[in-house]
Amino acid sequence: MDEKELLRLEHLHKEFGGNVVLKDFDLSVKKGEVIVIIGPSGCGKSTLLRCINGLEAVQSGKITFEGAPVEKNSKNISQIRQKIGMVFQSYDLFPHKTVLQNIILAPCKVQKRKKEEVEQEALQLLERVGLNDKKDAFPRELSGGQKQRVAIVRALCMHPDILLFDEVTAALDPEMVREVLDTMLELAKQGSTMLIVTHEMSFARAVADRILFLDGGELVEESNSPKDFFDHPKTERAQKFLQTFEYE
Amino acid sequence: MQDLGIDLLFKGSNFLRLLNGLWVALRISLISVVISIGLGLLVGALMTLQNKVLKVIMRIYLEIVRIMPQMVLLFIVFFGSTRVFGWNISAEISSIIVFTFWGTAEMGDLVRGALISIPRHQYESAQALGLSTVQTYVHIIIPQTIRRLIPLSINLITRMIKTTSLVMMIGIVEVLKVGQQIIEANRRTSPNAAFGIFATVFFLYFIVCWPISKLAGFLEKKWS
Amino acid sequence: MDWTAIKEYLPLYREALLLTMKIGWIGILLAFLLGLLCAAILHFHTPILRGIVKIYIELFRNTPLLVQLFFIYFGLPKIGVRITAQTCGILGLGLLGGAYMAETFRSGLESVEKIQTESALSLGMSPLQTFRYVIQPQAVALSVPGFMANVIFLLKETSVFSAISLMDLMFTAKDLIGLYYKTTECLFLLVIFYLIMLLPVSLLGSVVERRMRHAGFGD
Repeated sequence: MDEKELLRLEHLHKEFGGNVVLKDFDLSVKKGEVIVIIGPSGCGKSTLLRCINGLEAVQSGKITFEGAPVEKNSKNISQIRQKIGMVFQSYDLFPHKTVLQNIILAPCKVQKRKKEEVEQEALQLLERVGLNDKKDAFPRELSGGQKQRVAIVRALCMHPDILLFDEVTAALDPEMVREVLDTMLELAKQGSTMLIVTHEMSFARAVADRILFLDGGELVEESNSPKDFFDHPKTERAQKFLQTFEYE
Repeated sequence: MQDLGIDLLFKGSNFLRLLNGLWVALRISLISVVISIGLGLLVGALMTLQNKVLKVIMRIYLEIVRIMPQMVLLFIVFFGSTRVFGWNISAEISSIIVFTFWGTAEMGDLVRGALISIPRHQYESAQALGLSTVQTYVHIIIPQTIRRLIPLSINLITRMIKTTSLVMMIGIVEVLKVGQQIIEANRRTSPNAAFGIFATVFFLYFIVCWPISKLAGFLEKKWS
Repeated sequence: MDWTAIKEYLPLYREALLLTMKIGWIGILLAFLLGLLCAAILHFHTPILRGIVKIYIELFRNTPLLVQLFFIYFGLPKIGVRITAQTCGILGLGLLGGAYMAETFRSGLESVEKIQTESALSLGMSPLQTFRYVIQPQAVALSVPGFMANVIFLLKETSVFSAISLMDLMFTAKDLIGLYYKTTECLFLLVIFYLIMLLPVSLLGSVVERRMRHAGFGD
């Protein structure tokens, strides 16, 4: 694994009207790492991803991506965002554009790349997720799982250095979860740097290089071995949380 | 300000006369709204029935109201009825007829919209519990539609009030007409009174309508 | 029904229709532009202007067009602002319509979900690109039914122009009734001409609305 540091968070503090969502949070992400963040709802996982993408401002602390500071309203934020791909929980495809148009919009308009070249790449990516026959469909004609795969392709087409996934399977029907997770697993195998927030524990176990367990805006437990974490969580809060996923 | 007619408001009973005129307009709209809401509930319920003839009739009725200016309807009822049927309908009754005709259609459409927005399974589960059609409406459907309807009917009141300004065109002495009369009567002493008087009428309408539409907006937000 | 009278009145009504349509459509164009401007000011939270726009919208949505016209046509000349009846009609309709259009466009913009802005931003689009390629096209589509309803409403409102002595359809009908007492014929023609003016727009509105609903994107 390449040891180059991509993303660094230092002493991040975030609150919404007195409600603390992130407390003195530190994190360093190296190139090629796949980090899975788990924790109970409202623990600050999603907010963390939104801060990294500069969609939320932080009260204090610093986010550095490839050496440049990430700030919500800074001038160069859109340059940085081009390097940070994000896929959201709710389907965020543009409903007035076809699948292909959704994918090529930002590469053409933001990166000013040639339309033909981008289209070709988009089609290759669509083929990889098994959706090239849907290139002219509108988002409303797709299933939830298909929409999320297109959203992943749309993010990939910008050639990001890191991908953020914010509970991308949470709104899907159970039978569609698999196809999306498979796509993400494949990306991980190819060495993409990924930061994943999810509730799919067996997926987390399979894909993660590192697991972060968050509760109440704090990093409660961190493990470089997903197996150890899931089989023998060290902290009581992590044990309790993992128990809620077991049925006896 | 003397030149612009504000002083006229305090001369004699002028301001009181304006308020009286406003009351004439409000009375017409309130009577029309009350009848419209009553008839609208009925018409709205009729519109949800799956009867072909009824559907066509309702469709035509709504379309007439949708595209005919209220002023045209006022003229037809006020001048036309005397001519064609030999009825002698007073201007005030004519305007109540027209506004009710219009309001019933608007209200009916709102009621229909509210009724069909109730999910199918609400009807079905009521019937599954053994409630009759009437019971289903009284206990299940109507209570749910009322919340949606109240803000919309309040909105109808403001629209009705604004539309009543038209009745001066068939000779009813309402606030705008009173304003005109005051300006006419003082033409010599205050030649510029039109500015102040019409501005006053403008604000009188605003003061009446604005709180009502704010209330409608507030309720809509609160209950949505 | 006296058909010779009808034939005789026909050219007068035709002329009145043209005048009504002219003032109506120019007024609607003005309303459209004013509405866009106001909605943009509200959407982008422009300071000061935002307050002015809000007051304007409340004032004109809560007063009758007839009263607005009286104030503009009879009141304003008293403080030195003199305009012709036609300009007054256009201005009045434009100001009234602008307030309604602004509300329609604003709610169109508001009903584009926030996640759309966020996902566009997360792809590195600038706020301007986000508005241009993602928000605005969706808001336009969402505003179409409301826009059509406003157009019909404003065309109907032209019927009060007769009050400021514009020779529109209403004025012509009233004038002819007063002159020749052929009430039935005059009212008949009045209805026919309003149908000519409004029925096509109304039908178009229904078609557009149905298409927007069925081809409506989103889930």
